[in-house]
Amino acid sequence: MNFLQSSVGRKVLMAITGQLMVLFVVVHLLGNSTIFIGLINSYAEHLHSLGPFVWVFRLALLAMVLIHAYYGIQVTLENRAATPQKYAVNRQLKVSLAGSSMIWTGLTLACFIVYHLCHFTARLTSDVAGFAGQVPGDVYRMLVTSFSHGLTVFVYVAAMVALCFHLFHGIQSFFQTMGWNSECSLPLFSKLGKVVAVIVLIGYGSIPVAILAGILS
Amino acid sequence: MSSHNEHKTMTLTLIVWRQKNATAQGKFDTYTAKGITEHHSFLEMLDVVNEDLIKGGKEPIMFDHDCREGICGMCSQVVNGVPHGGQERTTVCQLHMRKFKDGDTIYIEPWRARAFPIVRDLIVDRSALDTIIQAGGYTSCHTGGVPDGNAILVSKPDADYAMDAAECIGCGACAAACPNSAAMLFTSAKVAQLAALPQGKPEAAVRVKKMLDAHKECGFGNCSNHYECQAACPKGINVKFIAKLNREYLKAHLG
Amino acid sequence: MILDGKCPTGPIEKTWDKHRFDLKLVNPANKRKYNIIVVGTGLAGGAAAASLGELGYNVQAFCYQDTPRRAHSIAAQGGINAAKAYPNDGDSIYRLFYDTIKGGDFRAREADVWRLAQVSNNIIDQCVAQGVPFARDYAGYLDNRSFGGAQVSRTFFARGQTGQQLLLGAYSALSRQIAAGTVKMYNRREMLDLVVVDGVAKGITCRNLITGELESYAADAVCLCTGGYVNVFYLSTNAMGCSVTANWKAYKKGAYFANPCYTQIHPTCIPQAGDYQSKLTLMSESLRNDGRCWVPKNKADLAKHPDEIPEEARDYYLERKYPSFGNLAPRDIASRAAKEQCDDGRGVGPGGRGVYLDFSTAIKRVGADTIKERYGNLFEMYEKITDENGYKRPMRMYPAPHYSMGGLWVDYNLQSNIPGLFVLGEANFSVHGANRLGASALMQGLADGYFVIPYTIGGYLAGIKPGTVTTADPEFKKSTNEVKAYSQKLLSINGKKTVSEFMRELGGLMWENCGMARTESSLKDNLKKIPALREEFWKNVKVSGTGGELNQDLENAGRTADFLEFGELMCRDALHRKESCGGHFREEYQDQGEAERDDVNFCYVGAWEFKGEKAEPELHKEPLKFDNVHLAVRSYK
Repeated sequence: MNFLQSSVGRKVLMAITGQLMVLFVVVHLLGNSTIFIGLINSYAEHLHSLGPFVWVFRLALLAMVLIHAYYGIQVTLENRAATPQKYAVNRQLKVSLAGSSMIWTGLTLACFIVYHLCHFTARLTSDVAGFAGQVPGDVYRMLVTSFSHGLTVFVYVAAMVALCFHLFHGIQSFFQTMGWNSECSLPLFSKLGKVVAVIVLIGYGSIPVAILAGILS
Repeated sequence: MSSHNEHKTMTLTLIVWRQKNATAQGKFDTYTAKGITEHHSFLEMLDVVNEDLIKGGKEPIMFDHDCREGICGMCSQVVNGVPHGGQERTTVCQLHMRKFKDGDTIYIEPWRARAFPIVRDLIVDRSALDTIIQAGGYTSCHTGGVPDGNAILVSKPDADYAMDAAECIGCGACAAACPNSAAMLFTSAKVAQLAALPQGKPEAAVRVKKMLDAHKECGFGNCSNHYECQAACPKGINVKFIAKLNREYLKAHLG
Repeated sequence: MILDGKCPTGPIEKTWDKHRFDLKLVNPANKRKYNIIVVGTGLAGGAAAASLGELGYNVQAFCYQDTPRRAHSIAAQGGINAAKAYPNDGDSIYRLFYDTIKGGDFRAREADVWRLAQVSNNIIDQCVAQGVPFARDYAGYLDNRSFGGAQVSRTFFARGQTGQQLLLGAYSALSRQIAAGTVKMYNRREMLDLVVVDGVAKGITCRNLITGELESYAADAVCLCTGGYVNVFYLSTNAMGCSVTANWKAYKKGAYFANPCYTQIHPTCIPQAGDYQSKLTLMSESLRNDGRCWVPKNKADLAKHPDEIPEEARDYYLERKYPSFGNLAPRDIASRAAKEQCDDGRGVGPGGRGVYLDFSTAIKRVGADTIKERYGNLFEMYEKITDENGYKRPMRMYPAPHYSMGGLWVDYNLQSNIPGLFVLGEANFSVHGANRLGASALMQGLADGYFVIPYTIGGYLAGIKPGTVTTADPEFKKSTNEVKAYSQKLLSINGKKTVSEFMRELGGLMWENCGMARTESSLKDNLKKIPALREEFWKNVKVSGTGGELNQDLENAGRTADFLEFGELMCRDALHRKESCGGHFREEYQDQGEAERDDVNFCYVGAWEFKGEKAEPELHKEPLKFDNVHLAVRSYK
């Protein structure tokens, strides 16, 4: 059986793509945080000046999302098939809500990514239609306009909650899958994953919330 | 005998999975266990129920059991949703009724996983675990013709690590507890034991690949790092061995 | 009849080598033409099936469990002996041989024991190569401990789970052969008959425990590796499925049953808590390295908490009676001493069936942590079962049936008196005499399986043509019909008492009258009561279900029926042996409480031949000669 069919092989692939996306998420968060020091427009300008690299980067990210999602769905379907009958009483000692909802938080994030790209990248939705012509343009104004709508803020915050859940399980899982765990490192990685997940939630969540609350305007 | 009280007995309601054979439709039936003391083991409590059933002309509840001292790995019951009942590092044969209260209702189910088809009542077919070992859970040494035991030095930490893994009793609780029905803890325990010892190193790469292939072909699911297996394992086998298996697998492919 | 063990002659240290050379060999190309049946997959059976398969024979292996890895060898805790002499403390093959003969109270064959001691070293090497994680010292060398009263450290161990690790080693070797196709494994099969064609063992009849179907298997040789029979006492340390059935069926087909009265009662088991109890749990006797056995001197103290009993009111009876061995006295002696205290009305715990095993002195000396490191898993197990903390209050212990030294009679080649029937491990009678030393059972099982049968079976097979009998032979049909009729009879009685009730009753009779101490009158009493109980069983047992399905009640009924017959033979053997030796203690034959052997009249193996359901069995004798060890009184004072 080759690497891409094997249980561990696919898991490793998911772990690596997942972890690279976590890195992206962290870098993206650092970039976005420039909004709090008023530098987001120049940050966006700087990114767009990279030219073709932006597309290389976007395609690489797309590939990671697709690989991660494809194997995630495949493995989940296999796992469901392996457990045809559930227990009448289901008491779990260790399984976390984050762990057992990976497929749902994952699918939620997939939908969110599509929406997010349509929203701020392609600018197809009505609230940002005015910014569609100018890329990157006044990103700060675009965000403020967009996140003045409660519903949009809710969608973004909800997605970040899903991401937080996903990372709660996902980050520690990466270390285990790569085989880097020992008896003492496991709880440490587990804590680290949770801390990163919460930072990501607070970091990303703070932007729309701050705008809605009128802190950024 | 501080805790010994001969006169206090319990009455319990049991809701037990009954299934005539592999193909029959199964269902839950309700039974009452009377006159149970805190010193009864869980299986002795079932013995009492079965004696009543036999005397009443009914078929006793069939369940796998043999050594009744927690080492053979034969007993296999999910008690109130947890394989072996959820007492730490305890097989269901070593679980004692002092963990229950008078009037409790107890659900008893067989291991449930596609790779463990039900044979009858609480008995399942675990030959898939044998298949995984047959795929490579050994060193290919011949009987006779091996070097002196002390010719192969094994550091104490390595020997202890291998022993920690080797404590697995092959009961299948890991797969029964796993939300994905993966027997990865079982598989990894053997892979890790042999990979940690110099005797097992020459075949380590082939072994891990073959055993993982067998694991998949048997119909077990994939590990997604929930660690429910370790919590349910009556020997407390650590999930660090799954990490070791992953490492060995990567080594086999990359190194 | 005088039996001949066919032991090689000449200097003892050359016997096995010479014999191996004298044995005929089967041509490698011909080996696959021979079919061998191995029943049981414990240490002996697993090792035998793996080794024979590897040699190229066609092996069919059978076990009643769902996988070969669960045989009860797995429960052995303490360790395995070998004469490696790694610690440089004076051990040698000769000393292991001597200790085993003496420990067996001079009732085993010298040549067999010598061979065991000789191959013991190969076993360790073999297991290490298989990846058995034996304990190591910090330099990476194999660690040893002193065990079971031995004066040297020759016991190899893997924590408190040596049996498990050795069995898993054999199981892995077996798995390798199953994958290679040389061994075909049949799980969940119970052997219910031996098929003998023209006086030669040619196959077995099994019940498929899942479907209930009866199946016939033919072969050129049959190896029984089916363990011991101490479940005849109902409560023992054996697994629930351990039975005498396979051996008993072979006995009824003509195989001689040797020394059935030799049973070992292990001194350190957790006492029975109530009548519902289904089995007893052994605690490794390594506990006696640090634990001190005592009972209150005064009956008035029995109800007190042990802490309230002052030092001077405690009777450390082993230290008092056996000052040089103290708490490490051999099993039979320690068991009997415990029983004496309880019979004297000074036993502790429910029913006065218990003695204290006290670790407080050791904890004071080396600290609780060290004790925890040494025996942590045992203390944990004790607490799970009794809900008492062994660090804080002394454990309660009581002897329990544990091992059977007797078994089917075999010659030096492990072949029974039926040609083609080989018996290995605990199922045979050969090396432990009247008492087995600690850490010797694992050694024997693996010796027989890895290093004896692969040679000796070749000697037999080389002399016969392969495949002469198939399952088409009318004997197979006849056997199947008989087994079917037997099951039907059990199912059709539909009486009032359950199988367990009969088994409990039989166990009670055996324990009371043929247990740790026996008398002429107790045995005669049993010889009346057991046939009566058997008669009642066949009139009044209630077995539920049918024969054509998975039916554990029927399985138990069959095993109980055999125990009801076997128990009588055991008492008969115990009655005829008018001496005390090892695990067989006749109260009439003692010298100030110590067993009194009668070498003039009883220095022989007593092997019983089945003569029919109504007839009495016939006793055959194999005289024992001791050329290398001086017959002496076994003293541990």
